[in-house]
Amino acid sequence: MNTMVTGAASFLGRFEGLRERLPGGRTPWVAKLRAEAAESFRAQGLPGRRIEAWHYTDLGVLAQLGFTEALTLADEAPALPPTRAAHRAVFVDGRFAPALSLLPPGAAPLSEALEATEGRLGALAQNLPIVALNTMLFEDGLVLDVPAGVDAGEMELLSFATHAGRAIAFHPRHLIRLGEGAKLTLIDTSLGEAEATYLHNPVYEIAVAEGATLSHIRIQREGRAGFQLSTVLATVQAGGTYDNFTLNAGGRLVRNEIHVALQGPKAACHMNGAQLVAEGQHADTTTFLDHAAPDCPSRQTYKTVLAGRSRGVFQGKILVRQAAQRTDGYQMNQALLLSDDAEINAKPQLEIYADDVKCSHGATVGALDEAQLFYLRARGIPASIARAMLVEAFLTEAIEGVTNPLAQEALSEAISGWWQKEAV
Amino acid sequence: MPAVAETIETVQSAQEGGYKFGFETKIEMEFAPKGLNEDIVRFISAKKGEPEWLLEWRLKAYAMWLKMEEPDWAAVSYPKFDYQDAYYYAAPKNKVVPKSLDEVDPELLRTYEKLGIPLREQERLQGIAVDAVFDSVSVATSYKERLGKEGIIFCSISEAVHTHPELVKQYLGSVVPQGDNYFACLNSAVFTDGSFVYIPKGVRCPMELSTYFRINAQNTGQFERTLIVAEAGSHVSYLEGCTAPQRDENQMHAAVVELVAMDDATIKYSTVQNWYPGDAEGKGGIYNFVTKRGACRGARSKISWTQVETGSAITWKYPSCILQGDDSVGEFYSVAITNNRQQADTGTKMWHIGKNTRSTIVSKGISAGHGQNTYRGLVKISPKATGARNFTQCDSLLIGDQCGAHTVPYIENRCASAKIEHEATTSRIAEDQLFYCRARGLNQEEAVGLIVNGFCREVLKELPMEFAVEAQKLLAISLEGSVG
Repeated sequence: MNTMVTGAASFLGRFEGLRERLPGGRTPWVAKLRAEAAESFRAQGLPGRRIEAWHYTDLGVLAQLGFTEALTLADEAPALPPTRAAHRAVFVDGRFAPALSLLPPGAAPLSEALEATEGRLGALAQNLPIVALNTMLFEDGLVLDVPAGVDAGEMELLSFATHAGRAIAFHPRHLIRLGEGAKLTLIDTSLGEAEATYLHNPVYEIAVAEGATLSHIRIQREGRAGFQLSTVLATVQAGGTYDNFTLNAGGRLVRNEIHVALQGPKAACHMNGAQLVAEGQHADTTTFLDHAAPDCPSRQTYKTVLAGRSRGVFQGKILVRQAAQRTDGYQMNQALLLSDDAEINAKPQLEIYADDVKCSHGATVGALDEAQLFYLRARGIPASIARAMLVEAFLTEAIEGVTNPLAQEALSEAISGWWQKEAV
Repeated sequence: MPAVAETIETVQSAQEGGYKFGFETKIEMEFAPKGLNEDIVRFISAKKGEPEWLLEWRLKAYAMWLKMEEPDWAAVSYPKFDYQDAYYYAAPKNKVVPKSLDEVDPELLRTYEKLGIPLREQERLQGIAVDAVFDSVSVATSYKERLGKEGIIFCSISEAVHTHPELVKQYLGSVVPQGDNYFACLNSAVFTDGSFVYIPKGVRCPMELSTYFRINAQNTGQFERTLIVAEAGSHVSYLEGCTAPQRDENQMHAAVVELVAMDDATIKYSTVQNWYPGDAEGKGGIYNFVTKRGACRGARSKISWTQVETGSAITWKYPSCILQGDDSVGEFYSVAITNNRQQADTGTKMWHIGKNTRSTIVSKGISAGHGQNTYRGLVKISPKATGARNFTQCDSLLIGDQCGAHTVPYIENRCASAKIEHEATTSRIAEDQLFYCRARGLNQEEAVGLIVNGFCREVLKELPMEFAVEAQKLLAISLEGSVG
């Protein structure tokens, strides 16, 4: 109990000091929202390992670091990867960078559009301590509306953390809404400078209307001293689709939590992901899929590769409510251990209250298959390349769900980069 | 198999489809005062004439228990049990300790006959050695002499405390320590009886050993403690059955079972748990909070748990294996049925410590009525358990739209060369399967019974023959009224 409160204290202290100056500080509904969130965060604290959902991820290290707010953006622009899509929203240390961005119609930074998001901001937020932390302290984010029937193509969302010389924390809040039949591919990348110590705590509130399709590709390549605690909260209406692919490749400790509620008949969700975890890293993917309506299919495939002294976590829960008859849910998580010092913890979970359902999950853990390695080496392929091939093959099943060419390109670049740096 | 045949008869004649073991034996009983305190612990110990060390051991457990909190992580909900409103010791009044079945109170023998466990017949015809535990004490143990010739010790644990104190002292609490968990701790303080089995080196136990547990008296908790030690190269198969009278209030059953297997030893432990489940509205029934754990201490040792859980209002039970010895093997085969308002949270822990240890988990959960059924399991591989292997399969079957089926497996691996596979499915009985059976003249209930038996086949085939038939019938009875 004590450690939890200590961990929370520095964030709560910052909130008390900043509350007037935070965006919307003088707007009653925002102030109320933040105050409630602060109360919730004060009560819960930074979740400790005794909280079931956090059993495998220890935030103790965060409590010690004592983060402060990011400085006002420096003039010089950081070196960003080239733009792939037509539109781009860039956030540097959590703040919108207009000079680096090109927003499509219907998009605005939250710092400007906050007043107009009453009733929308926080609508999907649940009583999760990490979300409460975000609500208490958010300053900026992307507000994006894709009107009904519009195919918005591709858009990039980029977060970049700079080296501030001290530990900083930022809590962007992204609100994304797709109207009926709308379409969007969002390529969402997090980067950070190698030496930068920071906490990136984004919360996404995503609403997908009837028949709309959002393909959300997240590429997490935070700096190696960076922390990311992200929470995606999505609802999908009848016939809509939310696809989430998350690559966890950077950061010192990363938790990627995804909550999707299928609320209308035939709403669909695909959640796939790959975690590439190397020396000194901790990566956690936690998914919660809420089947609340009948006839919804859901598919999840997660692959974790662990090298060096590292730890990987996968927790995935599928809840099938009584109304969700004829649910078809499937989940697979697999881990590949490349080192004797790696650790993987997995907890797939089914909670089912409807009887006419087909739900299954599978989990496997193992090392590279010696027979396969031998086969490749016998054909003259050097050991390191043979290993790379087998790891790539292992990841394929999770990655092949990503069909957008731009996203594919970004992904394969991230993965091969990881492999070149970390491969043993 | 006259006993089994008789059981089936009894089962079939239970036309009302209710709980056939719900009767109560009118027999003179001796109780400890109601409630739980240090004096009760001393009372129990004194009643059993226990040596000082065991009393100390109990008191230490009681002191720990006072500081513990009742766990709430299981997916079961129940009104708080009042630990002060129960008897912790109830024994049939018996003038002399029976030396053979001839001296056992005929009323008790009749009770066990009614339960389908005719002690005499089993002794003569069936070749199963039975230890019958009635409320707090063991009332009869059959076949003692025959087993004694092989050097096998099979007796009640209170007897073993006197006749083999060194063995009890060495192994009691060595697998499930006093402070292991809330219920095991409570048991350590107030356990009253249970079975003790010791199989000497190299001996293959010539018959199945069996304990039959019966809660009879009102307001009692049953806290039995079973300890089985299999020395190097030995082999034993042990069966356990349980029933209780039909009552409106809930009764607590918190047992501890400890198994120890040395080099090359095998212990097979089978349970058919049929405590009173409560009525259709969830009134009454047994709270079954059980800690079962086996330690594969020796190389190439093997512990296999098979359980058929059809009874109890609440089941909280995770028979586990600690695979310490290299090449040791752990198995868990389970069928759990929840009907009406029953809740079951059951599964296993397989903790791989030794090299090349292997474990298999097959769990079949069936939910009907308003039943809630959870599989909760942990597969843990330590860094040194190179070459460890686990396979887990959890299947759930839903019958009706008011019940729930949940699966919560935990996998923790710290060894690169370990291989773990887990799969779980949830589905209901397919319409075409039902139609197929109906078209061949089976009625709805027979068809469901057949399909459910097929669903559980992998587990049922692990049961010793004597239990398998009974278990199949039990499945059908437990599901009565859930379809149609």
